[in-house]
Amino acid sequence: MRVEGKGIVNRSAPLAFRFDGQEYQGFEGDTLASALLANDVRLVGRSFKYHRPRGILTAGSEEPNALVELGRGAGKLPNVRATVQELFEGLEATSQNRWPSLRRDLLSVNDLAAPFLSAGFYYKTFMWPRSFWERLYEPFIRRAAGLGALSGLDNDEVYEKAYAHCDLLVIGSGPAGLMAALTAARSGADVILAEEDRQFGGRLLSEEEQIGWQPARSWAASVIAELSGMANVRLMARTTITGVYDQGTYGALERVALHRPSGGWAPRECFWRIVAKQAVLAGGAIERPIAFAGNDRPGIMTASALRSYLHRWGVAPGRAVSVFCNNDNAHRSARDLAAAGVEIAAVIDTRADAQVAGDFPTYTGARVVATRGRLGLRQIEIRHAGGRRRIDSDCLAVSGGWNPSVHLTCHTGARPVWTPQIAAFVPAPDAVPGLIPAGAACGVFSTAGCLAEGRRAAREALKALGMRARQISLPEAEDRPYAIAPFWHVPGKGRAFVDFQNDVSVKDVQLAARENYRSVEHMKRYTTQGMATDQGKTSSTGALAVLAEATGRAIAETGTTTFRPPFSPVSIAAMGAGGQGAGFAPQRFTTSHDPSLERDAPMIEAGLWYRPSYFPIKGESHWRQSADREVSMVRNSVGVTDVSTLGKIDIQGKDAEEFLDFVYINTFSTLKEGRVRYGLMLREDGHVMDDGTTARLGPDHYLMTTTTAAAGLVMRHLEFVHQCLVPHLDLQMISVTEQWAQFAIAGPKSRALLNDILDTPLGAEDWPFMACGAVRVGGREARLFRISFSGEHAYELAVPSRYGESLFRLLTQKAEALGGGPYGMEALNVLRIEKGFLTHAEIHGRVTAFDIGMGRMIAPGKDCVGKTMAARPGLNGPEREQLVGLRPVGAVKQLSAGAHLFAAGAPAVRVNSEGYTTSAGFSPTLGSVLALGFLRNGRARHGETVRVVDHLRDTETMVEVCDPVFFDPEGGRVRD
Amino acid sequence: MTELVAVSASPGWSGKSIAGARFGAFEPQAILSVAPFAGAGAEVSQALQQATGLPLPEVGECLGTDAAGVIWFGRGQAMFIGPDPGRFTQAAALTDQSDAWTVLRLEGRRARDVLARLVPLDLRPSAFAQGQSARSELGHMMLSLSCTGADVFLLMVMRSMTKTAIHEIEAAMENIAARDAL
Repeated sequence: MRVEGKGIVNRSAPLAFRFDGQEYQGFEGDTLASALLANDVRLVGRSFKYHRPRGILTAGSEEPNALVELGRGAGKLPNVRATVQELFEGLEATSQNRWPSLRRDLLSVNDLAAPFLSAGFYYKTFMWPRSFWERLYEPFIRRAAGLGALSGLDNDEVYEKAYAHCDLLVIGSGPAGLMAALTAARSGADVILAEEDRQFGGRLLSEEEQIGWQPARSWAASVIAELSGMANVRLMARTTITGVYDQGTYGALERVALHRPSGGWAPRECFWRIVAKQAVLAGGAIERPIAFAGNDRPGIMTASALRSYLHRWGVAPGRAVSVFCNNDNAHRSARDLAAAGVEIAAVIDTRADAQVAGDFPTYTGARVVATRGRLGLRQIEIRHAGGRRRIDSDCLAVSGGWNPSVHLTCHTGARPVWTPQIAAFVPAPDAVPGLIPAGAACGVFSTAGCLAEGRRAAREALKALGMRARQISLPEAEDRPYAIAPFWHVPGKGRAFVDFQNDVSVKDVQLAARENYRSVEHMKRYTTQGMATDQGKTSSTGALAVLAEATGRAIAETGTTTFRPPFSPVSIAAMGAGGQGAGFAPQRFTTSHDPSLERDAPMIEAGLWYRPSYFPIKGESHWRQSADREVSMVRNSVGVTDVSTLGKIDIQGKDAEEFLDFVYINTFSTLKEGRVRYGLMLREDGHVMDDGTTARLGPDHYLMTTTTAAAGLVMRHLEFVHQCLVPHLDLQMISVTEQWAQFAIAGPKSRALLNDILDTPLGAEDWPFMACGAVRVGGREARLFRISFSGEHAYELAVPSRYGESLFRLLTQKAEALGGGPYGMEALNVLRIEKGFLTHAEIHGRVTAFDIGMGRMIAPGKDCVGKTMAARPGLNGPEREQLVGLRPVGAVKQLSAGAHLFAAGAPAVRVNSEGYTTSAGFSPTLGSVLALGFLRNGRARHGETVRVVDHLRDTETMVEVCDPVFFDPEGGRVRD
Repeated sequence: MTELVAVSASPGWSGKSIAGARFGAFEPQAILSVAPFAGAGAEVSQALQQATGLPLPEVGECLGTDAAGVIWFGRGQAMFIGPDPGRFTQAAALTDQSDAWTVLRLEGRRARDVLARLVPLDLRPSAFAQGQSARSELGHMMLSLSCTGADVFLLMVMRSMTKTAIHEIEAAMENIAARDAL
């Protein structure tokens, strides 16, 4: 219920929302949790394993219980913490992990089966029969257990990623964070202040206290007002620092528009990478519960959450409130609520010597031993010096003390340190270089202490930045000592939960210890404590205290598990922002892209490039018809295809020829100007890296081409070779791939076509095979290469890219007039298979020059990259799988790439594999399916019949092994 | 005689503006890579100065104006952007890159915020001011970024990726405009 006169929600701005179909009303400034509590909705979800009714435990991001699904359709968000989600008009939330409804959940039978579902139950129970695990047990357990579900639909909402840089990142905006930010900002540092809440102020928003002459809340507002007016400060609200990474890099998740209905361009969330020279961790502390029987009923929450609901949202989560605690701090909850006119049913302090001041029943040296209420707390039972007593109470505030938020300090591996004075872990000294914990995050719990801590941390940071800290005075503030006596759980019957989100009880931890999972890491994994989405924020210390007790060790000796990124869950949509659909990778388009689409060419992706697969013409209904026609066209008249995607590297310098001799296995220094040579290069390990042609454009000027896929790889390799292996060579190289649009013009009529478009026709005797040089087209400078990847008389013509589209249109049009036309990747592939030319299907990274029949190309008179390594034993000889051609000889003609080769009579099993196919296609020229592949000692086995078995496609074909050059082996056509 | 028509890498695109940021194409007359051969840095710088009025830039530097500028482009490499100076020296490898790179211009007080969506560099004015240039990435694309004015940036991306680059920057602009409207 709402408490009049309390809270900072905007009561003049009511907001309607729905939870499980029921309409309610809240106010601007509410979270979903505060609005539900204001409407007396206590039951919010069902627990993970036992499907027990659960309510709202906290008022912050540490919430383990109150997880809901938000929205519907593709944008549905599961596991949204009701304590974090801001209310907006029309918000729709649904409860999770229940069927058919939240109040009547059939899977709550699990709760009755609890004795069989203890820690490690699935390791023990579902052992036999083994085959049942995958088909029966696991699917069942997965269905029964769990939290929210994804929609299963493609999400088209907008998410965003961004980078930010600063001198100082301040994490958290409570008293320590604000003081740190103010000190650093006034001293001139570039400051980012990140706060996970919508409003800055941290704990100050949830307490009623003074700082200096004004309410703490007003002080926070005045600091923020000052900071927001400074050019060197960036205030980031709704931003959670989720992870700490090397060199001062922090991951952060900003909830940009999650507090609004979906739609439009505003990102739902933004994932930030913040690079900070220094950081102050002022993330505060998290209150921990005490374990006792039935401590998980809706209506039981942390004592600090109670104050938050009262002071921030003007909500009293119950009508008869009791408090159970082991420290003085929690007494504030009783006092504040009583002052607001709410009945305090009891204050139960575990300490016999506790001093509780207030006009309400007080029990010291007492414990809560049981609770009642099926779907929400109705009554508690306590034990104290005077015996047992039942107290009617619909809300119980619990405090077992505070855990500093050390999470981020663990992200690079440091383990927090136990501090007995506050019964809590604090950050290890120098846990993360450049990250300075301050305030409650390092165990200082008074407001005055936190203000001083913030200033101290900022001064440290400024010193590290080499900046002078400006004088700044500390205002007066609350400075009570933190009085606590450790108390972890009330022994007795009934389940006392330590980890609400994964349903881990005190007994589970004790069982783990009994079964010898005594290490805290083993206990964690055996019980799954701390392994839910909240990473055990409210449970880890309690669980290991129980473990310490069960194993007779001190907590310091027992140690703690650590925390990993992310601090709180990060949606994959935010981390993958911009990567939906085509955003996954850049698209590279050739200059002939649009004209190709105009011809209805389907595009295939080759690396990032889009290349036409084939160019269908009227009457063709299958790609093979188009590809067969295009192959015949090239063999009989002329075809045009875009080869701009091949890498082009311009190499100049007096030592360029020496460099090429070193990177290629064959010799380039002997190449004449105006000529092109095929070259093969090896990796340092002696295996083939890439092949291509290199043209000598001038005395010290070469143009190397690479395969499309290896363009970047080769460029990198050349840079490495030049910078690291032969830095004394004087040359420069640069990619010119994108500068030139290049087209292959192939076929017997290619010269006729060229002569039709070149400004000066080619002379009859000029331009023999492998010639190159400058020509002019339409008055523009162009480059012509007489090279061929089809085995036909062919050329490649290059023009500056801006003219590429125009030239492609012209070439295809002229080719059509000669009975030819454009051809795509399918035809290009068939043409090269017919000729036994290689692509990266063959030079796939595991083959040597010897394997592909080019071993003798390794020039004996010079060194080259990979030469020595290629000569190693085992890389040259009959034991190698060598390139061969394969053609079907039996009734089955089908061949596919990736099939394995077996001797004719051998069973087609792994150990008998003698090789594999790499490329296959139907050759209209030869009227046969052809394949290239590698066969052990293949060159000596031409004429032999072997089995090709494709186990994936379930085909088997008998083939004859032959030379990989199926068509025109003498090469007459290319020279013609 | 054959006639070839020049087509831009982003035909029909006329740029985009939001409050605080303007984004458009920058069409240089020519782009020329200049890479001095061993020991010829000073000589080439002098020759470039004579031919264009601009010396070679230092590492991470860009010089000049919209009409003619020179940008550090990597190890031992610079890009001259402006009227084609011809083959002004024999002491450097020169290549025509006029058609290889698309130059885009982003300016305005929100330009840095737009870039922060895609470029990992520290672009605070204290770290990246007028006259500075860097090779970096734009989303998943390689990028040369130069700050040529107080809030003016020249972006160079490979021609084939122009459409993706424009799409990504425009999306970042939309996001920012929508954030501002929240």
